[in-house]
Amino acid sequence: MITMENVSKTYSNGVTALNDINIHIDRGEFVYLVGPSGAGKSSFIRLIYREAKPTKGKIIINGRELSKIKERHIPYLRRDIGVVFQDFKLLQKLTVYENVAFALEVIETSPKSIKRRVSEVLQLVGLEDKAKMIPSELSGGEQQRVAIARAIVNNPKVVIADEPTGNLDPDTSWGIMEVLEDINSKGTTIIMATHSKHIVNTIKRRVIAIEDGNIVRDQQRGDYGYEV
Amino acid sequence: MTFASIAAVTTTLILVAVFLALVLNLDQMARNIEQDVQISTLIELTADEDQIVELGEEIEQIDGVAEVQFSSNDNELKSLIDSMGDDGQAWVMLEQDNPLNHVYIVEAGIPEETEAIANQISELDSVEDVLYGQEVVDRLFQFNNYARAIGMALIIALVFTAIFLISNTIKITIIARSTEIGIQKLVGATNSFIRWPFFVEGALLGILGSITPMAVIVGGYYYIYHNLPGITNTFRFIDLLPFNPFAWQLSGMVLLIGAVIGVWGSVMSVRKFLKV
Ligand SMILES: Nc1ncnc2c1ncn2[C@@H]1O[C@H](COP(=O)(O)OP(=O)(O)OP(=O)(O)O)[C@@H](O)[C@H]1O
Ligand SMILES: [Mg+2]
Repeated sequence: MITMENVSKTYSNGVTALNDINIHIDRGEFVYLVGPSGAGKSSFIRLIYREAKPTKGKIIINGRELSKIKERHIPYLRRDIGVVFQDFKLLQKLTVYENVAFALEVIETSPKSIKRRVSEVLQLVGLEDKAKMIPSELSGGEQQRVAIARAIVNNPKVVIADEPTGNLDPDTSWGIMEVLEDINSKGTTIIMATHSKHIVNTIKRRVIAIEDGNIVRDQQRGDYGYEV
Repeated sequence: MTFASIAAVTTTLILVAVFLALVLNLDQMARNIEQDVQISTLIELTADEDQIVELGEEIEQIDGVAEVQFSSNDNELKSLIDSMGDDGQAWVMLEQDNPLNHVYIVEAGIPEETEAIANQISELDSVEDVLYGQEVVDRLFQFNNYARAIGMALIIALVFTAIFLISNTIKITIIARSTEIGIQKLVGATNSFIRWPFFVEGALLGILGSITPMAVIVGGYYYIYHNLPGITNTFRFIDLLPFNPFAWQLSGMVLLIGAVIGVWGSVMSVRKFLKV
């Protein structure tokens, strides 16, 4: 599903965020990305949906090498990947409902199915009664849940979540984890960057640990492994 | 900024319209005159009847000649006197001692060949002189060509100014929405999905800018078309293109140019914001 071969990423300011990464993630896997702040987790994620391009190496997604995909086909790649951005990236002028609906509008879903699907997802993340609010009227955790709703609303093949529980209280965090586990059980691949020792050690899954741009550990049913 | 770009489109289009109306009408006039161009072959006063007949036959044999008509000097004098109206009376006394030549009036099948035919006729025996209006026509066409070149340069400059102003106006909207566009792209929006609202905005600016020019065309041309006949009687060749359909066609053209300017302006400014 997702393969990286000798992938390095050096930003234009000279910082090398990832260094010769080799990894393979199968369809339907649930993967935690762990590692200290600044280790390169977000950079790893950005390469997958092509917000950033690797400086070196090959990235293959669904059998297609990213560097060989034509610029105008990139939107279609991104529609198969739902991303929960670390900074949410919500459209500030749109309501919660519209933000989530947006991911369906760009793929030209019929208005009727948009309505049904968005309500469904908002209920799933527990925001059905805040549908008409705009992001600035929401708490950080609520905004995060809007971002999660938007990422999963079009049933993507892969969901990449960059610290999706970073701003949530334990209860809501478990709620979100339930949602992610649920869509994972239906076949969606999940990649989740997290600093939550508690979650990683409780819901045991594959753990990929990145430090200083290198993969230092890749373990099925692994531990968080860092003291908090 | 919005107002400035609409005003720029308006100014441009009014000039485009005036210029087009002028050039197209001048072209039409030149063509009208050209259709009427005849070659007057003045026959030498010394030529006898046989020579005149022979000359007529020779002229008929020239390639491209459509019609040859003989007009005696008496006939010529009469039409001269007629054309001068009251002033013509002074010439009546010449009837006894007609100073004019007999004339062959020659018409070319294709107006453009008039000059070549006239040159050939002037080589023939018994021809004193060859007169034709081609020089006037040529000069008119030449003037038209100059006018067209200068007008075109002016219009292209104006069109680009208008495009530039529109693209700047739209750029302001886009900059205000650039994070939004970035997010849209990350969620999987195609470029055309993002582009079309700006297309619409550009086209709208262009169309708004063409309303005044269209009104000017229809109103102005109506006025000129219905008030010019006074002049037209004096200069028979000034035959304006008919108000209907010309004014409507010109308005349509101006609207189209306005929309193209608007869309082009928007395309120019959107392009670099789509690279996410
Ligand atoms: N757009 C960028 N331009 C330049 N350098 C960047 C950029 N994004 C990240 N970096 C650098 O790359 C390194 C890895 O950053 P990254 O965001 O991938 O870390 P992270 O593991 O996601 O950290 P965190 O847990 O704090 O989110 C850091 O040193 C960071 O300063
Ligand atoms: Mg990060």
